[in-house]
Amino acid sequence: MSTQNTTLPPSYLVDTGSRKGLLAWLTSTDHKRIGLLYLGSMLTFFFVAVGLGLVMRLVQISPFEHLITAETYNALFTVHGVIMVFLFVVPGLPAVFGNFFLPILIGAKDVAFPRLNLASWYFYMAGATVVIIALFTGHGAPDTGWTFYVPFSLHTGTNVSLAVFGAFLLGFSSMLTGINFITTIHRLRAPGMRWFRMPLFCWALYSTAWVQILATPILAITLVLVILERVFGIGIFDPTKGGDPLLYEHLFWIYSHPAVYIMILPAMGAITEILPTFARRPVFGYKAIAYSSMAIAGVGSLVWAHHMFTSGLSQVAVMIFSLLTMIVAVPSAIKVFNWVSTLYKGSIDFQPPLLFALTFIFLFCIGGLTGVMLGALAVNVHVHDTYFVVGHFHYVMFGGTGMAFFAALLYWFPKMFGKMYSKKAIYASWFPIFIGFNMLYFTMLVLGVMGMPRRYFHHLPRFDTGHDIATVGSWILVLGLLMFFGTLVHALFKGEKAEDNPWGGVTLEWTIPSPPPQENFEEIPTITTEAYHFPQEEIG
Amino acid sequence: MSELVQAHAVHRDDFGARLGMWLFLVTEMVLFGGLFIAYSYMRSTYPADFHHAGAELNATLGVTNTLVLLTSSLTVALSIVAIQRGDRLKSMAFLSASLLLGLTFLAIKATEWAAKFHHGLYPNAPHLATLPHGEQVFFGLYFTMTGLHGLHVIIGLGVLTYMLIQVARGRICQDRYVQLENAGLYWHLVDVIWIFLLPLFYLAA
Repeated sequence: MSTQNTTLPPSYLVDTGSRKGLLAWLTSTDHKRIGLLYLGSMLTFFFVAVGLGLVMRLVQISPFEHLITAETYNALFTVHGVIMVFLFVVPGLPAVFGNFFLPILIGAKDVAFPRLNLASWYFYMAGATVVIIALFTGHGAPDTGWTFYVPFSLHTGTNVSLAVFGAFLLGFSSMLTGINFITTIHRLRAPGMRWFRMPLFCWALYSTAWVQILATPILAITLVLVILERVFGIGIFDPTKGGDPLLYEHLFWIYSHPAVYIMILPAMGAITEILPTFARRPVFGYKAIAYSSMAIAGVGSLVWAHHMFTSGLSQVAVMIFSLLTMIVAVPSAIKVFNWVSTLYKGSIDFQPPLLFALTFIFLFCIGGLTGVMLGALAVNVHVHDTYFVVGHFHYVMFGGTGMAFFAALLYWFPKMFGKMYSKKAIYASWFPIFIGFNMLYFTMLVLGVMGMPRRYFHHLPRFDTGHDIATVGSWILVLGLLMFFGTLVHALFKGEKAEDNPWGGVTLEWTIPSPPPQENFEEIPTITTEAYHFPQEEIG
Repeated sequence: MSELVQAHAVHRDDFGARLGMWLFLVTEMVLFGGLFIAYSYMRSTYPADFHHAGAELNATLGVTNTLVLLTSSLTVALSIVAIQRGDRLKSMAFLSASLLLGLTFLAIKATEWAAKFHHGLYPNAPHLATLPHGEQVFFGLYFTMTGLHGLHVIIGLGVLTYMLIQVARGRICQDRYVQLENAGLYWHLVDVIWIFLLPLFYLAA
């Protein structure tokens, strides 16, 4: 089509400026190209961390017990956590799909600050580079766990300062993205795109952006304090100088718990885009979903101390934080019920993105409900720092955010690249992903209840069976991931040309060509209807 | 069509630029907010020690520095007014005054720090280690918070210098001055944070 119709503007994938090839990409301020820069770098880091996780699982079964030393094991779980949290899950959906689709979904040509947007990516890469340098220089990779708890992080000889500085830079990148998105949503909505006409992914990004700018600076200052403590010995966290290690835990979790919502809110937003498209129905309870995003962002900022129930908080504080933790489950549950109600009596078109969206709902429910269990003090004390916690947050981070990332990738892949993947191959990859995932992480939940502590290099013989099952599960899961991404890479080069609207979606991104032209819209659209306005509604 | 694209390429949104700057200032306030939390917790733990340690600081220099910084904020504001009225030279003069005042602030700060070092009141100093816990924490916080603030002053001076160049080159002019306004906002924030640091440290005694 596009070859015949010469009036169509060139796609964003074509270099039209004076710069060509890689240089054109590295200097582009086009939000779509920046989204792809993030996608490429992020998936690279993701697979590195998957590899590290695979080794960690491997040494838990007897034939490979002596593959690595205990010190290396400590470095492995630290680096796995740092990469997954700071380089993949936190920036994940906003940086890739937010960058690519937020301007398109609200009918804009770009974000409010395109150059700042590119700068965010460079901050991200600088942070990632510093983290990677920290692994190979100094006295070895950090061995503190991704939480960098004092006092150990102040005294260990490993390269904590540099790794922490890398995380600081990554935080900066996240903050700048947040500022950019809020300004974009306030200023660049197309005519007629009222707040309550925005697709719900935009609402999710909006609430995420607020958490990003209100929580991330606390992490930044906390990490700066760790560096100052290590280099100059300022004594704020050091009990021998009158400081208090517990203060570190508070400051760290004041950021890092809201960060959980930075991770999950955009994921929920992406799911909310996918479900109505394949149910051919407007989303059920639009305003409830929009408000619940803001409610999660708000209440989620007040629950941080539930990570510290066993650290000697007062009983009153524990009860308050326990109650608030339970309350966060309410807006999350509102979303789940709305998603299910959206599907109810819909005209369901079962396609790969929907399969992964449903997988998200299922796995996220397990993650969420185990979270409520952990929020209850009695259970928390019993399973604190066990595999139950590890299983819980992998259900939320990977089963939640990870699966939503995959679902969003499947949903928007044809739009982003103009190519369609093999649906059969994606269905085939789903089975090992789903089976492997549950073998790996559900077993962890069980091991945790049995009393297996997290971050232990060796385990007692009575945990052998559980560890064997989990390790085999990790192999199946990785096999599925390879099939999944293999299919997408194949589609990139050999895939059939995708239609402009392969799923029958009604949001703005489906009204423009695949892949989108450089300026997104030839003419800024005027919005006259609510989001998710399906034509057959008018007939029926 | 290409004209439309062109029009959007030069599209400017001063309100949006200011909104972005205000959001950035929010992140700065939260950044310092973390330190203020640490300060209030430590002060409630060691009220007497903070009282003693605060007496070591020179309140006269602290107040002088406050006046210096407040005046520099005024001159930045005046340079914006000048550019709004199209008076480029006046705007540059006021900006230069702000730069000088900022440097004065840093100079006074440096003499203060030097005196503290001289008295062995710095982190990891043998003398400081003999003092009560609360005083050690006080000076840890003092150097961290005034240090981070000083770093902001240095960055601010860099920004103001850049603004001076932009005004001189005519890039900032009567109908295009949002950059200068944003730089001014940043400088005022640096000022406001100092206004909180003054009573917390210098007037703690």
